[in-house]
Amino acid sequence: MATISGQFPTSPSGQVLGIQTWWQRTTRQRAAYLYLLPAYLIMGLITFYPLFFQVWMSTTDYGIKNLKFDSPPPNSVRLGNYQDIVNGDLAKKVQNFSFVRLLSFNLIWTFTNVPFHVVIGVLIAVLLNIKGLWFKRAYRAIYILPIIIPTLVVATVWKNMYDQNSGAINLALASVGKLFGIAEEVFRIRWFEQIDAPIPWLFPGLQLPLAYYAMLFANIWLGWPYMTIVATGALQSISRDLYEAASIDGASPTQQFLRITVPLIRPAMIPAAIYGMITTFNLFNFIFLMSGGGPLRKTEIMVTTAYDLVRGQRLYGMAAAFSVIIFFVLLALTLMTNRITRATERYDV
Amino acid sequence: MSEEKRLPLGKQLLFQAICLLVAFSVIMPLLWVVSLSLDPRDLSRPPDFRLIPPGASLDAYKRVLDQPTANPVTFRELAFNSLKLAGGVSAFSVFIGVLAAYSFSRFDFKGRRALMLGIITVLMLPGIATIAPLFVMLNRIQFDLGDAVFNLRNSLWGVGVAMTAGALPFAIWNLKGYLDTIPRELEEAARIDGASPNQLFFRIILPLSTPALAVTAFLGFLGGWTEYPLSWLFLTNPKDFTLAMSLWNMTGQFSGDTPWSAFSAMALMVAFPVAVVYLLLQKYIVSGLTIGSVK
Repeated sequence: MATISGQFPTSPSGQVLGIQTWWQRTTRQRAAYLYLLPAYLIMGLITFYPLFFQVWMSTTDYGIKNLKFDSPPPNSVRLGNYQDIVNGDLAKKVQNFSFVRLLSFNLIWTFTNVPFHVVIGVLIAVLLNIKGLWFKRAYRAIYILPIIIPTLVVATVWKNMYDQNSGAINLALASVGKLFGIAEEVFRIRWFEQIDAPIPWLFPGLQLPLAYYAMLFANIWLGWPYMTIVATGALQSISRDLYEAASIDGASPTQQFLRITVPLIRPAMIPAAIYGMITTFNLFNFIFLMSGGGPLRKTEIMVTTAYDLVRGQRLYGMAAAFSVIIFFVLLALTLMTNRITRATERYDV
Repeated sequence: MSEEKRLPLGKQLLFQAICLLVAFSVIMPLLWVVSLSLDPRDLSRPPDFRLIPPGASLDAYKRVLDQPTANPVTFRELAFNSLKLAGGVSAFSVFIGVLAAYSFSRFDFKGRRALMLGIITVLMLPGIATIAPLFVMLNRIQFDLGDAVFNLRNSLWGVGVAMTAGALPFAIWNLKGYLDTIPRELEEAARIDGASPNQLFFRIILPLSTPALAVTAFLGFLGGWTEYPLSWLFLTNPKDFTLAMSLWNMTGQFSGDTPWSAFSAMALMVAFPVAVVYLLLQKYIVSGLTIGSVK
């Protein structure tokens, strides 16, 4: 007995103190759970439970008939919804649906947008970082505008500008065309309705319609300023001595850019590019408000399709299955980019 | 400044030309909307491309303030609905979120990793991908109020619940990112002096994280202010409609007869207040976004 009690910090009151120290030892543990409790109670009810409910829903034919609170439960279809989506049988209910095309378009949409954002963003940041350039602050103030305007407004305004008869784009093209004697009617371009692919050899499997290029252009307008801000922050932390030393050694401006600037801003640009990629992959606002996924569902992305399955088609079970698929696609995308990031991170100066 | 080698004039002019071109491309869409909104001719569509309309006036703004859409709702009612929705969701999620963020940032406890993983998983999913279960679940909650039936799905409350489902995890994660950057020395000193976790939270963490709270609240507000897909799916009564919904309504497939000047005035009025606040908080937001989303 004596030896055992000797191992513990003891006091005359013995056992009572032992309980107290346990209570005191766990004060911080209990506080931690207490602070989490409200958030997890609420999320359990409205965030996590619906996610599990969604997985169950995805194995049923949940539809309008099951909506009312006293209506019968939906029938189980097991993995039928997933099969219909992946092998294209959903096209019987949703015209022009094709999973392969949808996924490829979504990926191509993402990987053609983000490089433009990063390259243009970095080039403009470098331009604004040149010593002795006039009006830098004014330019910086102007270039931030696309970021601070809500995407909802950006998308609706661009849609308006692409209008066939009176949109700014067609009117501006027509007034330029007039200088060269081209008839005004040539510039009644139907940006979002034209079905033929303007560049048929680019991703020939998809036949990207004009709407894709119109939205690409608008999204470049929207996307580069964020990259400029991130790049500017990184550029300003590069020591000028590096460039001076390089130019004394006879390095050309291009060499300096490739050997000093690019490697030193890469750690900042890669997370920004990943953030931009996920945002662009899920850019509901643009696709939904501008092309609405058309023409013929050719510019539909995953999230707009999920929304259409709920709001337009009212196939709730199918929509749930589709959302589960979105989850796994995003998971794969995130894990992939994380791997690439880690692989490219090792270059310590 | 003085000893730096100066930019040769030729290069300076070349760079200025590029910068101006970029600036013009950025401003062009905005000039176009502003000019449309000032057009007094009450045209449904502009006949030609010009940036300053003849005889500019604020008529379009007046009309939008009266009745922006075909529905018998005033701009004020729409704005009030948007305010309630955005303000409620943002205040609630920041209030609950900062508690959880404190726990994640400052305590080590069993299950911490698993609970954080739950949040990251939810954050990875776009909000649109969870609307199917929320829609059918909220639709089942219905009360008979005698002369009327209250359906949770068909109310601003329901939209608020659905939005909170996504806003709360975001608030927790974003605030955790900020709290992680607050140095721990102050707390350690206070802890040695015998301060409890509650005292540390209220006396040290909360006062130091005011900018972070403001930014997170603003981002939540922005999300609510510009939210329309959920509202369009859930709400059917025009009295519940929000500004963002109405703006889409003015450009959507039913809007062949919406005067463009009214649409432009509306777009500017929806964008202006949040754009100004964004500008003021911009420095914190840009760094916060990368912390919150990538770390």
